[in-house]
Parts: sequence; structure tokens; C-alpha cells
Amino acid sequence: MAKRYRSAGEITFDVFNYFVLGVIGIAAILPFLFVVSGSFATEAEITKRAVFLIPTTISFDAYRFIFSTDTIVRSIGVSLYVTVIGTAVNLFFTVTMAYPMAKRYLMGRNVILNLVIFTMLFGGGMIPTYLVIRELQLLDTLNALILPGAISAFNLIIVKNFFQELPVEIEEAARIDGCTELGLLWKIVLPLSKPVLATFTLFYAVGHWNNFFSALLYINDPSKWPLQVMLRQIVMLSQSAAGDLSSMDPNFVQPPEQSIKMAVIVVGTLPIMCVYPFLQKHFAKGVMLGSVKG
Amino acid sequence: MKQGAAIGTADIHAAATYRSRRELRFRRLKRDKWLYILLTPGLLYFLVFKYVPMWGVLLAFKDYQPFLGFWKSDWVGLEHFRTFFQNPDFFMLLRNTLVLSLYNLVFFFPAPIILALLLNEVRLSFYKRTIQTMIYVPHFISMVIVASISYVFLTTQGGAVNEFLYSVTGSKIDFLASPDWFRPLIILQTIWKECGWGTIIFLAALAGVDVEQYEAAVVDGASRWRQTWHITLPAIRSTIVILLILRMGTILDNGFEQIYLMMNALNREVAEVFDTYVYALGITQGAFSYSTAVGLFKSVIGVVLVLGTNWLAKKSGESGLY
Repeated sequence: MAKRYRSAGEITFDVFNYFVLGVIGIAAILPFLFVVSGSFATEAEITKRAVFLIPTTISFDAYRFIFSTDTIVRSIGVSLYVTVIGTAVNLFFTVTMAYPMAKRYLMGRNVILNLVIFTMLFGGGMIPTYLVIRELQLLDTLNALILPGAISAFNLIIVKNFFQELPVEIEEAARIDGCTELGLLWKIVLPLSKPVLATFTLFYAVGHWNNFFSALLYINDPSKWPLQVMLRQIVMLSQSAAGDLSSMDPNFVQPPEQSIKMAVIVVGTLPIMCVYPFLQKHFAKGVMLGSVKG
Repeated sequence: MKQGAAIGTADIHAAATYRSRRELRFRRLKRDKWLYILLTPGLLYFLVFKYVPMWGVLLAFKDYQPFLGFWKSDWVGLEHFRTFFQNPDFFMLLRNTLVLSLYNLVFFFPAPIILALLLNEVRLSFYKRTIQTMIYVPHFISMVIVASISYVFLTTQGGAVNEFLYSVTGSKIDFLASPDWFRPLIILQTIWKECGWGTIIFLAALAGVDVEQYEAAVVDGASRWRQTWHITLPAIRSTIVILLILRMGTILDNGFEQIYLMMNALNREVAEVFDTYVYALGITQGAFSYSTAVGLFKSVIGVVLVLGTNWLAKKSGESGLY
């Protein structure tokens, strides 16, 4: 666009707009910054000042405390396990189903597509699903956190659409060279789909790490609770983290409850913050693929 | 098949195509056998975890007795529905659900649209990207973390917000236990968590607007407000309608996790919605049939709402979802 005269009103609007957006951007991350700084606080500091962004003295006691307790360390282990295995299961189920569904010539393809779409519109609901999980003897097993969500119908359709858009010529050439169907998927289609697969790996992984609902429904045994459930126990129900203080330095003073809570929140969010930069590179594209009709 | 051929030949011809069609089908099955093998795990997943539970909604019409099991329990028809509609809880649930949805529609739904319009006016692409990076973050944080952060800040026992209030006004407000604060808190959490993320789809729609239209408008002397009103907004209208349809379908879904996490004995009266009620009665108290009936009522209304809004959207000239 050619440069043109900007009225005073437009300039005022621009200044106002940049300012408002800046405030909104900061507001989005501010609560989290407060929690991070609060997690390093000492008792003295918390009683002295209610709100602060930069602590005057940094103490790692809250973190030392939570990593000394069996309950939290174990729940972090559960969450990591479910995230890694669960994401692998998600990818396997999604890719194996999306690939055949992308073939326009496959007999029964439309029936299957409609079966999948119908599940997006209507579901059995909480209780019938719970009873199925119970009948399958999955209650109180970590598989109950993995299998019932093995495929997201929405993601499946996006991946299917992506496969469908790949050029048929490459596939035909590979077939002429004697490539089998599985070879085609493994050697041609998957390498070409790296961006879309990366997006869904991250989405599925974040979903598993953040999952609270399934664990609430299907896991009663506290030793199998993932971190999100443990977080609720400690922060909202104020259940003590019950650390093993005997193994600690005798001079160790138990950190204030507020900073322990904040430290647990930080630990529950940290993995997300670590993958966020990678996530961010991909997701706008991934989400857009979903909004394209088809 | 060709019309006008002699009857005899036509019959022979039909029989021949029939045989070859069956053969063709078999040949195609054989040729694509690997594709069907690949499909199996996914299909099994949908059957076991999606279609078996759908069939399980029949529980709503039975009087499920754990020791008798699904098959031997008695059919009771619509009795559970009747009990539910006569229960005073029904109106509480309906009111809470609808009020929360209405608040969402009024306060949350327009927020990403406005934010996207503001972002779209930013010419400095570095600034725009930075803001986007910041406002997408909360979407990836779990609801438990969101509720936890609310708790540590709002609690009357050393929560920063209350400490601050105390130092200024000398009194504290129990945000977490007060029925008056429940709805504003829920909406604020939703806006904080999802508003930025919601802009993605509108920004994409805005990016698709033809630049020439703006240039023509500038030539015609349109101000930026006029451009927004006559070009930008009409350009994203269909996206808004589609999202509105999707929102209608989930009007009875108020997000189980969020409400469950923020609900307590003191604010239950305004907090309890269909999903939390189903959980409380079904999972924690074992009233499977009754809570299945409540859940089924909710899903059916949901489907009707989606189809209804979609129909309306089509009637008014939008493309709709289906």
C-alpha cells in the first residue's frame, strides 16, 4: 500500500491499540510470573509483602521439599509415563486409521467416515463410558488414562485430509518400483507428513500431561494419581504433601505452605513451557488445516 | 446398461455384470487387504470406546442393579426422566447451565473477535507476533493449574489479592466460597485461558481478505472505522456464524473440569450443572441409571441445538456446517 496521510484520529487509535494489546499480552502471562516468583519466596518475605514479582531473597526450599516427598515424585512419574506411552498410542492409532481413510478408492470409506463423524455429534456420555471401562477391568490402571482417548476424531480427520492432499504421483512411482503398502506409508507418506505429525504429537502430549478428568473418573488409588490430580489435592484441598523430612538437613526449615503450593504449580506447568517454543512454530498451521473444509 | 437391447441379451448381460461386480469387489478387498488391516485398530477403538457406550444409554430406560447386570435389570421406560423433571434440582441445573452459557455468549464469545480485530490493525509484525506468543500461552495450561492459581491468589488465608484488599480496605472477600463471585470467576478464567487462542481462527479469516478491497475503499475515502465495518466484519461473518453454531451445540456443556474444580459446598447452588450432577450421582453414589438418563437428556438437547442452529444459519443464507 502506498504511504498516505494519516489523520490525528488514526494515530491516536494506533497508540491506544498498541498500548491495550501490550497490557493484554502482559496480563496473559502475569499470573504465572507471580506464581514462579512466589515459589522462591521465604516465610519472612511472604509475611512482609503480599504481592511481589522479584523476590529479595531466593530460596529453593519449596522445590527441595517437594522433590523429597514420595507422593509428588511418584505422581510426576505417572504423568510422564502416561504422556510418553499415551502419545505413542495416539499416533499409532491415528496414523494407521487416517492412512486407509485417505484413499478415495477404498471400499466402505464413506461408511467409516460417517461413523467417525457421528461420534463427534453424539456420545454415550460419562456413565455408560465409565461402565465400559469398568467391564474391561481398566479401572485403577494407567491404561484407563491412555486407551479411552486413543484417537481424537477431530485430529483423525485433519490427518486424513492431509494425507489425501499428498501428490498421488509419488505414490504411483513408488508402487511401480515395487514398494508395498506398508513401505509406502513408512517410507513416503510419514516423512512427507512430518510437520503435521509434529503438531499432533505435541497436542496429544500436552493433552495427556494436562489430563485431569480421566484420572478423576477412573483412578481411585492415590499411588497411581497423575500430577494434575495431586496438584488439586495439595493446592485446593490443602492436603499436606507429607514430605520425608527425616532425610533432610536437620537445619532445614519447612518452607511456607504458599510457596510449596506455588512450586507444585510451577512443576505442573514446566513441561508445557519447555515444549511451548516448539509447539508455537507448528500450531497455527495445524489448527488451520482443521478449519479447511473436507 | 444399454436401453432397448433384446430382453434375452439384457438378462445375460446383467447376470454377467453381477458376477463380475462381485468378483471385482472381492478383488478390491484382496488388493487393499493391507489398508483394511491398518484400519482395524482404529475401528476397534471407535466400536469399543464410542459405539458400545452409545448403546449403553439404554441404561437410562432400565433400573440397573449391579448384581443383576445390564441384561437382567428391569426395563422401567421413562421413569428416570419423570423423576428427574419432577426433582427441584432439575430447575437449579437448567438455570445454572443456561446462565453460565449466556454469560459465556455475552462476555466471552465476542472477546476473541475484538482482540483479533485489534491485532489485525497492528502494522508492526514483530509487535504482533510477540503479543500473539504471549496470549496463546494460557491455552496450553491445564484447568487444574488455572484453578490452582485462582486459589492461591484468592484464598483468605494469605492469598495475595486478599492481603492487598486487607491492607487497603481492612476487610477480606471470600471469592472462592461466595455464590456471587462464582460466575464472574468462571468467565474471567475462561477469558484468560481461551481468548487469545480464539483469535487464531479469526486472524486466519482476516488474512484471507482481499487487499484490493481496502485499496478501493481508501480511494473512495473510507476511514478505518468504515473499512472495518464494511469490509473486515462482513469478511469474517461466516466464520463467526460457524463458531456460533458450534457454541450452540455445547450450550449445555459448561466444561466439567472447570466447574468441578471451582465448586464447593458454599457455592454449589449456583455452580452445579448437568455434568457435575451426573458425576456426583453416577460415579460417586452409584445411581447409574438415573444419572445416565440425565446425561442422555443433555446430549439429546445438545444435538437438537446444533442441528437447529445449523438449519437456521442455512435459512438465513449462511453456509452452515453441513
